[in-house]
Amino acid sequence: MPLPADILPAAAVSARRGGNRGDRLYHAALQLLGGAVLAVAGLVLLELADVAAPAARRLGLGFLWRNDWDPVSGAFGALPFVYGTLVTSAVAIALALPVSVGLALFLSEMGPRRLRPVVSFAIEVLAAIPSVVYGLWGLFVLVPVLRDWVQPALARALGFLPLFQGPPIGLGYLAAGVILAVMILPTVTSVTIEVLRTVPASLREASLALGATRWEAIRMAVLPFGRAGIVGAALLGLGRALGETMAVTMVIGNSPEIHASLFAPGYSLPAVIANEFAEATGEVHLGALAALGLVLFGITVLLNGAARLLVAAVARGSARSAR
Amino acid sequence: MDAPANKISVQGLKAWFGKNEVIHGASLDIPDRSVLAIIGPSGCGKSTFLRCLNRMHELTPGAGSSGKMLLDDRDLYAASVDPVELRRRVGMVFQRPNPFPTMSIARNVSAGLRLNRVPGDHAEVVERCLRQAALWDEVKDRLDAPATGLSGGQQQRLCIARALAVEPEVLLMDEPASALDPIATAKVEDLIHELKQRYTIVIVTHNMQQAARVSDRTAFFYLGELVESGPTEKIFTNPSEQRTEDYVTGKFG
Repeated sequence: MPLPADILPAAAVSARRGGNRGDRLYHAALQLLGGAVLAVAGLVLLELADVAAPAARRLGLGFLWRNDWDPVSGAFGALPFVYGTLVTSAVAIALALPVSVGLALFLSEMGPRRLRPVVSFAIEVLAAIPSVVYGLWGLFVLVPVLRDWVQPALARALGFLPLFQGPPIGLGYLAAGVILAVMILPTVTSVTIEVLRTVPASLREASLALGATRWEAIRMAVLPFGRAGIVGAALLGLGRALGETMAVTMVIGNSPEIHASLFAPGYSLPAVIANEFAEATGEVHLGALAALGLVLFGITVLLNGAARLLVAAVARGSARSAR
Repeated sequence: MDAPANKISVQGLKAWFGKNEVIHGASLDIPDRSVLAIIGPSGCGKSTFLRCLNRMHELTPGAGSSGKMLLDDRDLYAASVDPVELRRRVGMVFQRPNPFPTMSIARNVSAGLRLNRVPGDHAEVVERCLRQAALWDEVKDRLDAPATGLSGGQQQRLCIARALAVEPEVLLMDEPASALDPIATAKVEDLIHELKQRYTIVIVTHNMQQAARVSDRTAFFYLGELVESGPTEKIFTNPSEQRTEDYVTGKFG
């Protein structure tokens, strides 16, 4: 949220100069709003920690690396969910990033002008589809296609890799990853377009004047300049993929195990919280779910922080070359 | 010295952006290995004229041109001419220095060679072009440093070196000194004197003293019309057109 941060310094200046009552009021209101955002995030964190406390006392830090989860017998390990979350998100970004960069280049650099609004609209529609609808589409369309066509083909072509072994059942990491890829496509594409816009036109002209084709100009000047920003876009998409709940829980198979194969069913952090929270009995089970929430919170904060740093680095880079 | 052959010949050039025609029919010849200065107030079509010469103009959406432009008596706009190939023969230096910020000094110079897949490490070409651009002594110890660490004047000479590396026949310069201080400007002007031994140079400038100093011939554009072109001395001392005289003597513009 860059808005309050951008406005506050200006308001602060006028307030210090004495200013008038309206300015001071405005300044105070903005400070309140900015503070409220932080307070809400802090309260969420506190509340989660409070609910998680009984589980933390009982299970200790080992909770983080235990790889079994059986609430009935009191076994609580976070690893299968962390693993499932990271693997599905990694699949999602590996599939979505090349497509997104291609779409962004199409929309901002190379595509026929008349087609651009159409493609742009289609991408916006993707962003507007509710995730439960993605889940249904995944169950009824994607999973059968993966099971009957894609997974057998992958097993034949790349079956020597542990990633593509085992029975093709459709439901599992791969299905969740593919759905996530479609869901984060609009985010990654639109951020990448923003990044490409920061590339000075003079760099494109420099390459073209040297006798570069459009594609060579993109490879020579545009992509290297935007590299850090594109990584930032990918991380923002990853952040979205990590937290996605509904669509993932419908296709991932919901089985708290760790498998090397992408064909196998697994589980993710948000999915297990959503599925078990309502039926959790006892404060340890409830606490373990809250602790999973904290883990997810931590992973997302780290990733978003990294993404913001990268995007800011790009903004600084373009400011430098514009001077 | 015999009158040299014409490197470039322009006949009835019109250029437009969408419905807005910015050059209304210009004809002039540019002798081989000479410097042509194009002067005129802002918005008179100088830069567009320049950008027609390497077909950069047509890259702007909605932009186009008509008329004949001959390079070595061959039509630049013939269907058989690949604009990408053409731009390797007609180099360009822009108003603001635009080195590639992600590349080192040496790699900036050799960028065009890598583009043309010229094999080798290009070290000789890099040195030769940096020497030609009068930049070698200032950067020879930091060829691998980022190009963005150079001053504006150095960056502009780096861009000239980069344009020279692909061995163009014609060098187009769009106000190459307008973003530079007087010392850097003097260096670029000295450079133009050196370069015209080997290249045909077309330079757009706002600065009439500069045009008088560096060019053999001068063309004066006003509101999209090529008012007059001829030997620089004549344009500045004895122009045929009243408007030219008013402009070069500073009565308007």
